[in-house]
Amino acid sequence: MSASLVTVSYIGAIILFILSLGGLSNPESSRRGNLYGMIGMTIAVLATMFGPHVTMAGLPWIMGAMVVGGSIGLYAARRVQMTQMPELVALMHSLVGLAAMLVGFANYIDPMAVLNLSSAEKAIHEIEVYVGILIGAVTFAGSLIAFGKLAGKIGGKPLLLPGRHFMNLLGLLVVIAFGWQFMHAESVSAGMIALSVMTAIALLFGIHMVMAIGGADMPVVVSMLNSYSGWAAAATGFMLNNDLLIVVGALVGSSGAILSYIMCRAMNRNFISVIAGGFGSGSGKPAMKAGGEVLPAGEVVSISAIETAELLRDAKNVIIVPGYGMAVAQAQHTVYEITRLLRERGVNVRFGIHPVAGRMPGHMNVLLAEARVPYDIVMEMDELNADFPDTDVAIVIGANDIVNPAAQEDPASPIAGMPVLEVWRAKTSIMMKRSMATGYAGVDNPLFYKDNNRMLFGDAKKMLEEVLAALKS
Amino acid sequence: MRIGIPAETHAGEKRVATVPEIVEKLIKLGFSVAVESGAGDAANYSDEAYHSAGAEIVEGAARLWAESDIVFKVTVPTSAEVELMHEGITLIGFIWPAQNPELMQQLAARKATVLAIDALPRMLSRAQKMDALTSQAGVAGYRAVIEAANVFGRYFNGQITAAGKVPPAKVFIAGAGVAGLAAIGTAAGLGAIVRANDTRAEVADQVKSLGGEFVKVEYEEEGGGGGGYAKVMSEGFQQAQREMYARQAREVDIIITTALIPGRPAPRLITAEMVQSMKPGSVIVDMAAERGGNCELTEPGQAVVKHGVTIVGYTDLNSRLARQSSTLYATNLFRLTEELCKTKDGIINVNMEDDAIRGLTVIKDGEITWPAPALQLPAAKPAVAAKPAPAAHGGGGKPATAGKTVALFGAVALLFLFIGAYAPPAFLGHFTVFVLACFVGYMVVWNVTPALHTPLMSVTNAISSIIAIGALVQIAPPLTEGLARPDEWIRALAVAGIALTAVNMFGGFAVTKRMLSMFRK
Repeated sequence: MSASLVTVSYIGAIILFILSLGGLSNPESSRRGNLYGMIGMTIAVLATMFGPHVTMAGLPWIMGAMVVGGSIGLYAARRVQMTQMPELVALMHSLVGLAAMLVGFANYIDPMAVLNLSSAEKAIHEIEVYVGILIGAVTFAGSLIAFGKLAGKIGGKPLLLPGRHFMNLLGLLVVIAFGWQFMHAESVSAGMIALSVMTAIALLFGIHMVMAIGGADMPVVVSMLNSYSGWAAAATGFMLNNDLLIVVGALVGSSGAILSYIMCRAMNRNFISVIAGGFGSGSGKPAMKAGGEVLPAGEVVSISAIETAELLRDAKNVIIVPGYGMAVAQAQHTVYEITRLLRERGVNVRFGIHPVAGRMPGHMNVLLAEARVPYDIVMEMDELNADFPDTDVAIVIGANDIVNPAAQEDPASPIAGMPVLEVWRAKTSIMMKRSMATGYAGVDNPLFYKDNNRMLFGDAKKMLEEVLAALKS
Repeated sequence: MRIGIPAETHAGEKRVATVPEIVEKLIKLGFSVAVESGAGDAANYSDEAYHSAGAEIVEGAARLWAESDIVFKVTVPTSAEVELMHEGITLIGFIWPAQNPELMQQLAARKATVLAIDALPRMLSRAQKMDALTSQAGVAGYRAVIEAANVFGRYFNGQITAAGKVPPAKVFIAGAGVAGLAAIGTAAGLGAIVRANDTRAEVADQVKSLGGEFVKVEYEEEGGGGGGYAKVMSEGFQQAQREMYARQAREVDIIITTALIPGRPAPRLITAEMVQSMKPGSVIVDMAAERGGNCELTEPGQAVVKHGVTIVGYTDLNSRLARQSSTLYATNLFRLTEELCKTKDGIINVNMEDDAIRGLTVIKDGEITWPAPALQLPAAKPAVAAKPAPAAHGGGGKPATAGKTVALFGAVALLFLFIGAYAPPAFLGHFTVFVLACFVGYMVVWNVTPALHTPLMSVTNAISSIIAIGALVQIAPPLTEGLARPDEWIRALAVAGIALTAVNMFGGFAVTKRMLSMFRK
């Protein structure tokens, strides 16, 4: 295959990738979009394998590596539970980061890469290698920690080292200094030292950055790492003078960046302040204390599963607001059973999804889809917020901060200004929770004390099963 | 402890202080319940119903009062009933301590504990479930509309029939308190055109939410008198208000008045001239009849026709819907009992530390504790809207200021200038592709529906495995002669890279496919 043929194959692949992302604009076209992605990837890989840059000697190695990696990937894709999607995604980001690192190192020690380059081109190439490995390393380490946090292997509480901003700044200065040394290295082995030091610092920075971020900010982190993995691919593309990699990297990078922006907006937070970390432990509490006199007045009224079923039976309009607690309790199937039963009885049941519900963007939608909830009754926050006054019963399952009226009513609250689902405007709201504990933001929730709110304490799945049984009887 | 429910003794009173469903709940709280034989008859609750709910049926008021530790009543106790009270008894019901000072003395002399449900601090939000004034006023408001409909000679809703067109009735409701709002909702539900007025301008939204139209008095004055009640207004305001009422009287078919000011006779809103100006066949229901009436011509307790207008002055609207009133009242008292008996062991504790119970308790062990000290409620929060979000939370939404935009463009221009000045042409080609691709990505991804954000992440994950290309081209390139290349190292790194990206490539697409196949209508 000639170089030109490879190039046009790449152009075809790029078009298919763009169509693939474009297909996700609605669930109908998304399946075809995914297929486009697969075809694009196949074309790109085959064109490269049989192109001028790969000789026959490499094929056995390529096939071997593909089979090993591919089978692991397929196995993981089959086995993963939908509640574990955030972990899987984070783990995959780390693989992209690691691969970018490896490719960068391989490229650096390959003398062919700098053959026939002018000095300016060589300098740019070295910057590309350096930056590519830097981004790859940060993505790799950060994603690995994010995976650990999401899988519960590492505690969700933000780790706040003293002077952490100062440490990050120092790391940046050291990286720049070694970058200078790297550019002026006489030999590959001399440059290797600078490169290794930089990689170590980048790994530490990645770990430190994600460790400092609390559980509620995880959706932002996951989408940010998604973005990084794209930039890592783009940097690799610059390094290898490969437009396909640059385009795909840019697509993925901007996609992740947009998701991060959407998530930040949904929490009314600044991207920088999320990355700086520490929400919900350090800065949040003093603000709460300052507004201490306006602690929610009133008392909490609890309700039983049977009474909940009675309320649902008499309702005409029901909105269910799921949160991370539903995922933890694996309650989505029971939720669907209740939904189905109510819909058969002519009750208008809808779901309200907050953009940051769960641990990654769109997490709740996937869980509900898995439980076979039709997607046309799963609404976004903005579509639904106006309908709460006409709603008889709003059920909140394992969510807290995203339905906290303090965001609108209490300007002193740490979550003030965050858009929330206004469940308290429903005639009755039922809050399913294991205890009175606060959400990830560490803010007390005045919703508990509202007159029209009832608390249904207990494990979400167990309680919902009792509600379902009561509805059936 | 034993809760006694006597039959109400006031003439025409049909309500009863508890109902069989609540009896069951009271027994669950650990109390025993005794009901005087025939207590619920007028509200259609038979002795058998009480008995099967677990209550003991007792013959005669004297025995009931003697054997009970706690007595639930609806109306203010009569002197005869006070005579029946023994020392240490607890009485819960309407007392109106301000209007009945003699009764208070008599009750205190009995060394009783008295909780006046009408003295409840209504502004405490947790007290709302015990607020019998509200529940009874709601029932009365509903009934007032029904009474009006009963004597009104036409349909409420407009109809176009084969026999001709019927215009909808116009209803004006004076006072949008609990009773007024219930009346607005009921009348609107029947299809009438409903207008309402209240001196408190803040209730306008509530009126609208129930389907009514809020009629303003063209005069600036704030009418909230604290605790959700109205206050007496200035002379100028009253003049403007009278003009507005006169206008409404000429236009509407039915007027329902609910205006009351605590501790004073009802304000005179509808004069005799206004009644004269009304269309023949019109109806006035005066819900304030007991306190003198809002209409000059009202005769308390009766329905009379004057100047062709039927003026209903019934004072027993609640008894005219006795079953509903009783159920709600019984629930209010049950909620109060729950507050008094948090231990659920059938023993009440009149905890004077509790704001709600302190307010209710007008006599404690024979000592008059009324009026309760004013509540130290947290001051009403100032309006939130005025305060902009703190800078740290100022995230998105607002368009960037002009200065910011200029700065951003400036920075980007400088960056481009720098790249243009120093970068070799080969790099610029790639840079062009990169910038354009970022824009394409930006446009495409904004179109992705939020519901598919997780599949978006997993598919971008899968396609970022394109980095495999980088490893592929390094594994075994056609070598240039005479170049020392650390083949083994490079191959090891590249093979590892391919294996890692293959996990993403296959896993990412497979898991996306699995997810997308689950989205269905």
